Amino acid sequence: MSNSNHTNTYRRKFLAQSAAVAGLAIAPGIILNQVAHAKSDADKASSANRWGMLIDTNKCNKGCTDCVTACKTENAWGAGETHSSEEQQAQWIRKVTITDKQTGHVQSLPLMCQHCETAPCVDVCPTGASMKREDGIVQVDKHICIGCRYCMMACPYKARSFIHEKLELQKPTAPRGIGTVESCNMCAHRVDKGQDPACVEACSNAQHGAMLFGDLKDANSAISIELKKHGGEQIRADLGLNTGVRYQGL
Amino acid sequence: MKKAVFKQIDGNSINYWMLLALLGSFALAAVGAHFYMEHGGHYVTGMNNQIVWGLPHVFAVFLIVAASGALNVASISSVFNKTAYKPLAPLSTLVAIALLSGGLMVLVLDLGRPDRLIVAMTVYNFKSIFAWNMIFYNGFFLIVGIYAWTMLQRNLNKYSRIAGFTAFIWRLALTTGTGSIFGFLVARQAYDAAIMGPMFVVMSFSFGLAIFLLIVMATYKWTDRPLGDATFNRLKNLLGVFVAGVLYFVVAQHLTNLYATEHHGVEAFILRDGGIYTQLFWYGQIIMGGLIPLALIYHPTTGKSRTAISIASILIVLGGLIQMYVIIIGGQAYPLELFPGKEVSSSFFDGVVNSYSPTLAEALLGIGGFAVTLFMVAFAVKIMKFLPESLADEAVDPHHSK
Repeated sequence: MSNSNHTNTYRRKFLAQSAAVAGLAIAPGIILNQVAHAKSDADKASSANRWGMLIDTNKCNKGCTDCVTACKTENAWGAGETHSSEEQQAQWIRKVTITDKQTGHVQSLPLMCQHCETAPCVDVCPTGASMKREDGIVQVDKHICIGCRYCMMACPYKARSFIHEKLELQKPTAPRGIGTVESCNMCAHRVDKGQDPACVEACSNAQHGAMLFGDLKDANSAISIELKKHGGEQIRADLGLNTGVRYQGL
Repeated sequence: MKKAVFKQIDGNSINYWMLLALLGSFALAAVGAHFYMEHGGHYVTGMNNQIVWGLPHVFAVFLIVAASGALNVASISSVFNKTAYKPLAPLSTLVAIALLSGGLMVLVLDLGRPDRLIVAMTVYNFKSIFAWNMIFYNGFFLIVGIYAWTMLQRNLNKYSRIAGFTAFIWRLALTTGTGSIFGFLVARQAYDAAIMGPMFVVMSFSFGLAIFLLIVMATYKWTDRPLGDATFNRLKNLLGVFVAGVLYFVVAQHLTNLYATEHHGVEAFILRDGGIYTQLFWYGQIIMGGLIPLALIYHPTTGKSRTAISIASILIVLGGLIQMYVIIIGGQAYPLELFPGKEVSSSFFDGVVNSYSPTLAEALLGIGGFAVTLFMVAFAVKIMKFLPESLADEAVDPHHSK
């Protein structure tokens, strides 16, 4: 009887010590991992914001492609897809020329992901890789994208591209991967640091000022004031997607 | 009616092994095509950022839809209790499972990241019809597998009715779900229609039965087992009804679209101005895949000829593939309507009809889906008792008089 009690005590001690050793061994890893991945509350995307853009087509210069160039530089696309045909190469933002069939009136505007509130690409994605951040930015989690391209079928704005080949020379802020889908993410890495997206900054640097970026939920932001004063249209408003990117002069 | 006796095929002939070798090499070619596409990326295919789904999807969706249709015979026997169809019900489940396997193989091997299939199997976005379909497809294997088991093992026969009924409901959901992949695409002029779901159900009836009939005719001929006119006529008449059903849905789909001005552009594209797509629609889908098979099936002379019905079935399969091509590729070739009433141009091919030239690799991957399907069927009937020894009239028809 007493023998068995001894054994039990020994066993309990041994288990407790083993657990402690194991815990000590794992703990630093867990803590360091948390530290490495932790974001302060201020850095996290918050539903208190909804980031949006307002594009004035009357100010947009027809021949200018500074916004496209800036996006290419910032996110490292537009070069390096050497095997892909022109139809296969990615485009995150493009200049579109529209001509009214009745009047012949010609306009030029940049077109990219419209960051819909109810984004069809997010709805159709089987794995949830196509996702919307709390602050309204729509983007692809390239770690779980399986490359089915259903989001590309669903996007009304043709905003998405599939990567048809292996890529090198990527930027840490804009990872791109073969076999996955990508699109404009409003330069989320810049927005998180309080900066404007690269395209907006370039438009401003070119003295055109056709692109305005800001928080649609903040009534005092420049974009909200301008939208309240002069309004802004959505492309394919009939779809009822409540886009984060609005246009004036359409 | 005598109880049907099920027996494996001998499968010892040179021809049998040659058939397996041929199908096996096509399946291997598909795997090769997959590695070729995955190694460097999809740039080696004809698919691009405009035509994002190509020939592999045409084959994959066709096979998946046909899988549900191949279950027709089993459903009719179990759900509607038609004894004449009972002898072929186990084969019907086998062909259904094999077709779904072939179709899914093509679909998965075309993914940009097929290595992440486990993600698709474990992480679900329940608002995605694709995610629902993954459940439908996996469930189909399970339910139809159990259904086949209840039919093949005698002491489980009493459960086959309920299993068959479950499979019947499940397959309708599966095909509706597959059609809804297109039906739910709000932004594309060629899709975004509720009729896609039910239309795919009827397409499945037709394509699946055509493949099933071809397999039955070939197997019974090659194994010298009797296939009576009673079974043959029932199946081919049913096939005729389904072909007519598909035509009806196609007419309804296009008439509805033609009434709405906003769809005139895409309708004119498919029906009149679309070049290759218009030709494929009229000559391939409607005439070759619909009207000629109907004539062959119901004409008093050709309707009795096994050769003519084989040709009709082959035409239905080819017409079905063409119909998928017109829906999937034609629907993407027509430009997105970004600014209704305006002409659009850009460096990203806005406002232009998109071009697509499929490559050999894509074709081999798609054909490999068929090869895997037929290999599975040919192999399974050798090792398991799926086939009745006789489908002679007196064996299947209780009222048959000599």
